[in-house]
Amino acid sequence: MDLVQTEIPEGFTRSAGGGHTEEYYLNMGPQHPSTHGVLRLMVRLDGETVKEIVPHIGYIHRSIEKMAESQSLIQNIHLTDRLDYLSCHMTNLGLCLAIEQGADVGVPERAEYIRIIVCELQRIQSHLLWWGCFAMDLGALTAFLYGFDEREKITDLFEELCGARLTMNYFRPGGCVSDLPNEFIPRILKICEHMKTTLDEYDNLVSKNMIIRERTQGVGILSKERALSHGCTGPVARASGINYDVRKDEPYGIYNRFDFDVPLGATGDCYDRYTVRIEEMRQSIRILEQACKDLPDGDFRSKEKPNYKIPKDEHSFSSVETARGNFSTYVVSDGGKTPYRIKYRSPNFSHIGAINDMASGYKLADLVTVLATLDPVIPDIDR
Amino acid sequence: MDTSTHQPVQQSVAERLDPHTATTPLGDWVRELCDAPDGGNLLSMTINVIIIIIAICAFSSLTAMVLVWMERKLAGRFQRRLGPTRTGPFGLLQTAADGLKLFLKEGFRPNASDPFTYYLAPLLPLTGAFMVLAVIPFGPSMWIADPELGLIFISAIAGLGVLALLIGSWGSNNKYSLMGGLRAGAQAISYEVSLILCFLLIVLASGETNLLNIVEGQQGNFWNWWIIKLPGAGFIAFIFFIITSTAELNRTPFDTTEAESELTGGFHTEYSGIAFSMFFLAEYVHMFIAAAIGATLFLGGYNAPFEFLPDGWWWLMAKSYAIIFLYIWFRWTFPRLRIDQLMALEWKFLLPLSLINLVFAGILIAMGWIL
Amino acid sequence: MTTPDQHQDTPPQNRPQSRPQNMGAFTPEAQAEDTCTKPSFYAYFIKRPIVGAFSLLTGMGITLKTLCNVTSTVTQEYPENRDTLTMPPAFRGQVIMPHDEEGEHKCTACTLCEKACPNGTISVLPMKNIANKKVLGKYIYRFDQCTLCSLCVEACPFDAIRMGNDFEHATVDKDSLVMVLNEKEGRL
Ligand code: SF4
Ligand code: SF4
Repeated sequence: MDLVQTEIPEGFTRSAGGGHTEEYYLNMGPQHPSTHGVLRLMVRLDGETVKEIVPHIGYIHRSIEKMAESQSLIQNIHLTDRLDYLSCHMTNLGLCLAIEQGADVGVPERAEYIRIIVCELQRIQSHLLWWGCFAMDLGALTAFLYGFDEREKITDLFEELCGARLTMNYFRPGGCVSDLPNEFIPRILKICEHMKTTLDEYDNLVSKNMIIRERTQGVGILSKERALSHGCTGPVARASGINYDVRKDEPYGIYNRFDFDVPLGATGDCYDRYTVRIEEMRQSIRILEQACKDLPDGDFRSKEKPNYKIPKDEHSFSSVETARGNFSTYVVSDGGKTPYRIKYRSPNFSHIGAINDMASGYKLADLVTVLATLDPVIPDIDR
Repeated sequence: MDTSTHQPVQQSVAERLDPHTATTPLGDWVRELCDAPDGGNLLSMTINVIIIIIAICAFSSLTAMVLVWMERKLAGRFQRRLGPTRTGPFGLLQTAADGLKLFLKEGFRPNASDPFTYYLAPLLPLTGAFMVLAVIPFGPSMWIADPELGLIFISAIAGLGVLALLIGSWGSNNKYSLMGGLRAGAQAISYEVSLILCFLLIVLASGETNLLNIVEGQQGNFWNWWIIKLPGAGFIAFIFFIITSTAELNRTPFDTTEAESELTGGFHTEYSGIAFSMFFLAEYVHMFIAAAIGATLFLGGYNAPFEFLPDGWWWLMAKSYAIIFLYIWFRWTFPRLRIDQLMALEWKFLLPLSLINLVFAGILIAMGWIL
Repeated sequence: MTTPDQHQDTPPQNRPQSRPQNMGAFTPEAQAEDTCTKPSFYAYFIKRPIVGAFSLLTGMGITLKTLCNVTSTVTQEYPENRDTLTMPPAFRGQVIMPHDEEGEHKCTACTLCEKACPNGTISVLPMKNIANKKVLGKYIYRFDQCTLCSLCVEACPFDAIRMGNDFEHATVDKDSLVMVLNEKEGRL
């Protein structure tokens, strides 16, 4: 087998084989346990040291943006479930907000609160899954199961709320599909209480664990400048010290009514990304408690229209903060039932672009850690 | 091993080393059948050896089965699951079912791999395991071979397993496998140093390399075991032994060799079916062996913790399984280390401390400060 | 801490960086102290292994606690607990058309559900009854195509269809997934 290749594969700055040692290429993925889906990373390695990474995406492209052009606005909502499937309430909300803005639909007070509650629950749920997968990528298989166990409790709530565990399809322009079921708020509060103690336990099991600290601290550093230039958002950007959270900076819904902090990291290494996410869960619990306390009575949806139409030449845009960052929706309308074009901006796409900056120069095992702390959802990248 | 029963072992070393004195009823019976009551002839020796080989094979497959079941059941409980429940009572037959599945699977060999090394590798680790099992004293008269240099023999054979990983990973012609194999090589070479320093401490303390004599030296109550008998040093050495043996076994947190999230399976990426099951089986037999050696050296082997209790193989089993529980507990709690941290832990931390500990133990022994 | 309103009008770059108060040991400052400064001999060789070993033991304590706590098991043994397994009423299993005691359904063949469906899962085939009125002939539902989005149920003005609670849909015969939901033709 010829390990030394002379021509440079697409995307690499130079070929393997130069220098003092024999470098080689390694294909991580599309079928690889730590790429969380069908992502292909082509890596130039020098022994164990990662020299360069070229991500190849598109293995799970389903042309959702093209499909959107042949579906009515309402029918598009269930397609946004399939983007970032771990924060699909938030992606649903993104499209709903855009439709509401374009079609001039009001949202009742109660619906706004329900949206916040559901979105923050989903953020916790998504971060719990990430927490488990992160631990699994570092080899701690038990934490994976613990994370899923906690996540299950929230998923059960969602199942009762909207009948699905993954593809929620719960928000509609002007509110939600249904009201909260009975006894829902006390159960959320119970989960919040439970989560507080559980998060402390997680700190003991994983965050304070010396091996985890050794493996994450000072690894995969993404500087503030590089994070900005790659367009990173969400926990990844905040770990690098960029104080940007759509919920704070461009509050949508009623986020400006709640008191919560935006955790920031200092160095932008894997451990910062880890702690920022853990802290975000705590902040979500804070928001949940406030929202549950203030939840008003009233309608869960404003008057339904048979067809939501955005007037011709009206463009509507919305940004939401998903569990992974800024998810934006841009709807261009030609006045018809179906949108002329919908463009989604997914946070994961930018994050994957930054992976070469983060992981090159570290060991192969660190590439896995970096990938785990990026928490990519591949269907969101490919759409 | 299984062919022997209890016999008073109040013999001297010279007596024990004489093959004619340590006899077992089964062996005697075979010898009688072959008309060679005193000393045995070729036929009786062959039959006895075959009996021993069958016993070792049966014992190791049984151990592997029990350990796999135990690991899975405990892992389930550690993770708020139930573990295997469907096959047999409490899922006891799970390993058998898995084994059957693996045996019936198509043996698949990648086209670009080298057939000789690819098929040679799965055979080696079990061979090494059998050879080590032969020298472990299971009971006062339950042992197969009793070489004078037992510990040296064990440390020599222990490398065989790693050789298998290197050969297999090289033969599979896969970059993931190769990386796993190279990691295994580096890891085994490094951690063997500390492991042998742990052995050395016991050799220093007991003045013996013969395993049976080491065990005999710890007779009496539990404070006569080396872990306690050598104040401080014994316990530290035991902890180091647990750490290094975990690394030698390639188990979490030192499982960089397999590291499924990095190397998709490491050295056995390209193995399937029966070849894979050989690696798998050997892994668990090795785990038992490591635990048994630890129990023999530090925890008094087959000796009972109190004088008034009868000695026997059950004590060795209990102690080994206690150590195995530790291994399993580690695996289902810890994340894995990175390969360079693994090396740093050994060369910068364990090795210097082992040496210091050895010197400390030497002083203790020289001054006679032994319990 | 700045209030949310302040956040709104100060551009992100000029804003004073706020750090949450309750991050405890995980404030970036605490981390920086951990990693960035060159550690002293004591911190690196004595404190670190001890703190590290202690953290590992804590982790082992947590797993051991789970091991000993038999009630923490969350596994559900599925086929055995089938009788006690209930789905929440909102569960979106598959589209069903409820029939009353006389075997009548409420569908008027208005085809709104067909139009609402994003992927053509439903075909409503109307027919004329003896009074020459349009009634439902066949309500064809292709389950293999359905995304279980329940848009059809929302669109139906007569509550003629709803999402069932059944979840055991596995089959070996793909054709069996194309179903006719109405038991008999439309109301007379
Ligand atoms: S649930 Fe959705 S996909 Fe299925 S039939 Fe109804 S509208 Fe169509
Ligand atoms: S099910 Fe409802 S929406 Fe569909 S055709 Fe019948 S009445 Fe109309």
